Amino acid sequence: MSGIQAPNVSCNLDKASRKPTRFPLVRLEALDNLWFQVSGTLCNIACEHCFISCSPTNHSFEFMTLEQVKGYLEESVRLGVKEYYFTGGEPFMNRQILDILELTLQYGPATVLTNGMLLRPRVVERLAEIEAQSIYSLEIRLSLDGYTEEMNDAIRGKGVFQKAMAGMKRLVEHGFLPIITVAKTWEDSEDEAVLEGFLNTLRAHGYQRPRIKILPSLRIGREAARSHGYEDYEYVSEEMMQGYDASNLICANSRIATSKGVYVCPILIEARDAWLGNTLSESAAVGYRLRHQACFTCYMFGSICSNFVSVGRNV
Amino acid sequence: MFKKIALFGGVYSNYLALEETIRDAHRRGAEALFCLGDLGAFGPHPDRVFPLLREYRIAVVQGNYDHSIGNGLDDCQCGYTDPRDNYFARISYRYTFAHTSEENRRWLKQLPTEIRLQLGPYRVLLCHGSPRKMNEFLWESTTSTHFLEKLCEDYQADVICATHTGIHWQRALSGKRHFVNVGAIGRPANDGRTEVWYTMLSLEDGDRLEATFVPVSYDYQRLAHEMRREGLPEEFVETILTGWWTTCLEVLPAKERRRGRF
Ligand code: SF4
Ligand code: SF4
Ligand SMILES: [Fe+2]
Repeated sequence: MSGIQAPNVSCNLDKASRKPTRFPLVRLEALDNLWFQVSGTLCNIACEHCFISCSPTNHSFEFMTLEQVKGYLEESVRLGVKEYYFTGGEPFMNRQILDILELTLQYGPATVLTNGMLLRPRVVERLAEIEAQSIYSLEIRLSLDGYTEEMNDAIRGKGVFQKAMAGMKRLVEHGFLPIITVAKTWEDSEDEAVLEGFLNTLRAHGYQRPRIKILPSLRIGREAARSHGYEDYEYVSEEMMQGYDASNLICANSRIATSKGVYVCPILIEARDAWLGNTLSESAAVGYRLRHQACFTCYMFGSICSNFVSVGRNV
Repeated sequence: MFKKIALFGGVYSNYLALEETIRDAHRRGAEALFCLGDLGAFGPHPDRVFPLLREYRIAVVQGNYDHSIGNGLDDCQCGYTDPRDNYFARISYRYTFAHTSEENRRWLKQLPTEIRLQLGPYRVLLCHGSPRKMNEFLWESTTSTHFLEKLCEDYQADVICATHTGIHWQRALSGKRHFVNVGAIGRPANDGRTEVWYTMLSLEDGDRLEATFVPVSYDYQRLAHEMRREGLPEEFVETILTGWWTTCLEVLPAKERRRGRF
């Protein structure tokens, strides 16, 4: 249950040793979190740092239908899934998303990861109704990358900031407390100033009790080209797993359903070997070897996908 | 075998509320009292809680705080992720650790992590966070019903009682099974009231299980006064005086967060 702060692990990385020969196997302890790649790899924008290179034209994964989602929800009951998460691409591009969320909230709590640009008034009204009907929370995680138009749009594209802020404002007006999610693209020394900047901007846009979550950036997809990819030695080795609490890793408690079946985690859907079966049970039965460099980030930062807010009010 | 028992968690050194809870539960005919852990944190004079628990023979489950203090760990393992929450958590942890006697620390260390008992036909499991993890948060709005049913199956229980979150709630499950978060008596439930809450678990009309949440009034002005005298953060005192949480907010899910003021 650690947040995004790097755990105090001493990993004596021998930089000369390069890529390990055997990768550690992580088994699913319990399927607590079921993710849905509900809009596939389709997004209305194409951010510089998108870790799965989503865009308006990336059809490697398609929209999931209400029927597909329903099938997995039904199967999830027996497996005792605790929470449901929806991602993409941009979930609100999927025309069935509202029906999907309404159905899901009969099964359990739901979280949607969105860029906030498609939250038109009628959509937000309906979201508020859906959440009011349920005993469960509907969390909206809204991604931003800067607290000014220039800073944000440099990464997310022209005009994104204004639309996202309008979406956020609408959510707040309807009683939501969206979790503003920011992928870290600055140096540690700037942490405090950046946080202050976000808090001020959000308050100025009418969000008086802002919740903010900072995520480490994953150096895969387009982000690999933007910053720099991983160093050769940045893999998880079997030795590094000794004394490490593997339950911090998403693959120890989650799976992701897509239009093409079930994958190990939301981060690796573009890796062929990350496909684990057509059903949840199939995917739950097999473990996964941490052979990708993105696993190194997970290892260092813990459960980066949980809803726990990492940064809220100032001390 | 019991017919009526009182359950509470999260004492957080609030010995004044503990006294009132014990009195109230006895008055209502509880056959036994159980504490689900987290004796310290937040409040003043942690050592004042222990004599009460011993005098009234209250069985105690180990909470994450008790585990930390008992084993001399660096932090309370509350599972906070926010720097501000952690800042306050550290202050109360240091205070509590420094003011808990060695004997009481040893006692905390040997507490069981679960207690099982029989209430009429029901197999009841008492734990701190969840049966599988001492510091797991089970909030009403983020815990699916089938998840709870699976816990009942995995741990062979008809009724699971936990605490740790500090807000009480319950849900009836299939097959007459039940989950109860018994709440905390150490601080208010973020509901704008100064009372704290415990749970009465009883059999009604034969073998129907009933969990009733009971508010307890106590001398919270005195507690606030003692907290100030001990130099504990004003933010904590404010919660005691107003019933609204001012810290540990970032772990709250949307619905629970919205009900509070901050
Ligand atoms: S980061 Fe999110 S909003 Fe940006 S392109 Fe990728 S999926 Fe779309
Ligand atoms: S990227 Fe992270 S969650 Fe996915 S398999 Fe690797 S370690 Fe597990
Ligand atoms: Fe606890």
